[in-house]
Amino acid sequence: MAVVTLNVNGQDVAVPAGASLLEATRAAAADVPTLCHLDGLNPVSSCRLCLVEVEGSNKLLPACSTAAAEGMVVHTHTPRLREYRRMAVELFFAEGNHVCAVCVANTHCELQDMAVTVGMDHSRFPYQYPQRSVDASHPQFTLDHNRCILCTRCVRVCDEIEGAHVWDIGSRGGQCHIVAGLDEPWGQVQACTSCGKCVEVCPTGALFRNTDTTAEKQPDASLPALLRSARDQHRWHNQ
Amino acid sequence: MTRTVIIDPVTRIEGHAKITLHLDEAGHLTDTRFHVVEYRGFEKFCEGRPFTEMAGITARICGICPVSHLLAAAKTGDKLLALSIPPAADKLRRLLNLAQLTQSHALSFFHLSSPDFLLGWESDPAKRNVFGLMAADPDLARAGIRLRQFGQQILELLGGRKIHSAWAVPGGVRSPLSQEAKDWILDRLPEARATVTLALELYKTLLDGPLQKEQRVFGDFPSLFMGLVTPTGLWEHIEGRIRFRDATGAIVADQLSEDDYAEYLGEAVEPWSYLKFPYYKPLGYPDGIYRVGPLARLNVCGSVGTPWADRELAELRQRSGQPATSSFAYHHARLVEIVACLEAIEILVQDPELMHGRIRLRASLNRNEAVGVSEAPRGTLFHHYKVDDDGLLTSVNLIIATGQNNLAMNRTVHQIAKEYIPDPVPAGAEIPEAMLNRVEAGIRCFDPCLSCSTHAAGQMPLRLQLLAADGTVLAERLRG
Repeated sequence: MAVVTLNVNGQDVAVPAGASLLEATRAAAADVPTLCHLDGLNPVSSCRLCLVEVEGSNKLLPACSTAAAEGMVVHTHTPRLREYRRMAVELFFAEGNHVCAVCVANTHCELQDMAVTVGMDHSRFPYQYPQRSVDASHPQFTLDHNRCILCTRCVRVCDEIEGAHVWDIGSRGGQCHIVAGLDEPWGQVQACTSCGKCVEVCPTGALFRNTDTTAEKQPDASLPALLRSARDQHRWHNQ
Repeated sequence: MTRTVIIDPVTRIEGHAKITLHLDEAGHLTDTRFHVVEYRGFEKFCEGRPFTEMAGITARICGICPVSHLLAAAKTGDKLLALSIPPAADKLRRLLNLAQLTQSHALSFFHLSSPDFLLGWESDPAKRNVFGLMAADPDLARAGIRLRQFGQQILELLGGRKIHSAWAVPGGVRSPLSQEAKDWILDRLPEARATVTLALELYKTLLDGPLQKEQRVFGDFPSLFMGLVTPTGLWEHIEGRIRFRDATGAIVADQLSEDDYAEYLGEAVEPWSYLKFPYYKPLGYPDGIYRVGPLARLNVCGSVGTPWADRELAELRQRSGQPATSSFAYHHARLVEIVACLEAIEILVQDPELMHGRIRLRASLNRNEAVGVSEAPRGTLFHHYKVDDDGLLTSVNLIIATGQNNLAMNRTVHQIAKEYIPDPVPAGAEIPEAMLNRVEAGIRCFDPCLSCSTHAAGQMPLRLQLLAADGTVLAERLRG
């Protein structure tokens, strides 16, 4: 198997050719934070938390979607990166309506955990308090746009793993939001198989089971990687 | 020139308020107003949220009685799901509410009100608080604090945290009571009983002595009383139906359903307070004045149903009348209710049904409107939700205990001011601090929780202002 060797934070590592920088940083035990990335799903680099510095490049590169290359010299935790990561998380909080105290995902929320990781104790940006809706039309699940950070994990898992492609992104800029079907109430989208994978991978309380109350959501973000590896390894009899 | 005395903020209550005493040109007291000056708007911003969130959201209205909102919201949710919760869940919720009543009443009596009784109305305001009590009578202060802790600890044992737990949910409760928790409760019960015995003895001694006048002038007036009772008329705090009893002891209305509250309760609004003025509709506003809370619950019920509490209730009625019409008797009623709670807790934790069977049912939305009720420490609490077919709230109405005592608190303050303020007040005269404290104490009888009643935020200090006819402030006392 072809490998590439590179240097991460002063440590030489070797990874298979085609591996991402994120995999290389993991090989170097450099804990690069991610929110939109999920093993088993294709990367989209929307959260910008995994940005790293690569010597010779004049811009920051998202580790999740940048291929590791021979001889790269990578820095993952420079003061500039720490500041940007904290800023990105602050913007997530300022841009939506995140009320942890009464959220279904409280204590099981990746955004909440990320705030702790990057050392955010308040947002330096003015809160936008956007007027957003809640779609509770599905008999089992609810989508609360107030808590959505547009990571698109739901879009990808539904498309890439379940194959139903219920979810998409609608509108542009600050009006961007997740849409079901052709921007219909979720409960009316016939393509939805009610499998619940979108709920399992949602990093916040934006997608949850109707019966979940405060702090009760127990997501399983390992699901896509498990399903993809099972599929790749033909673990199912009918494959 | 007319004047207004303003007490702002009112201290040792939960929330923020002020009192104004209005004097005419000759210095005679003409009007007294208890203003609640907070606003939070829970009813509005809950619109659009899933009803399943209401237990968690409304519990955040208050840090003293989150359990009351939690239970009312969960009960309203049960009705929206159109289900009857399992017996174990019902008993666990009852245990939670009993612990809540115990801790809140202990807080009101020991931490907030007893400094007035034990240290004296005229004592230094800087020391007339629970810290002054610790210095003067450390054993009593410690016992009171531990009694509250007993209640709070049960809340934590059940809900995982002392405040703002989201343990009660539509359909039941989230987790059972552990054997260790049950053992802890049984282990600590004797100490709790001893503390309330001590408090009752002390309080009765004070009633026979220095507090005789307060019993007479602190809001002693006829009014209706409202509270939950069992189908047989016993004291109740979470299930049961509404009963109204008047000051003569006659039952005015009985076994009313919370579903019909709009038929018998009206809510008036005054421009000078964010706190609404609920009244008994058949008698109109303001003649439909009624009181809720521990005294009202003990007045409307036939008896408590447990031996020690019934003995204490009989003595309360002997001392203060049947029904007891003095608002000062709320303090005594609180102690009697702690007795009732401790007896009920002891029975409940030994009930095998508490520890077995299902504790939570799940169902889809089956109704679009429901009203839930529970007895909060300060009185009857209504939650009224309307939801669309997806379970999103379209309308929320919360009728809070303290709000229902609003008319009575205003009348109490007026009665105390009439008694203690010189008539007429000489022009330019200072109002004695002890007088202001008594006016505040009139409010404290009701143990008001203004954070809840306006669903509003903040501490509750006290301001008293003396205003001229043209509205200028002539004198002002501020305590926070």
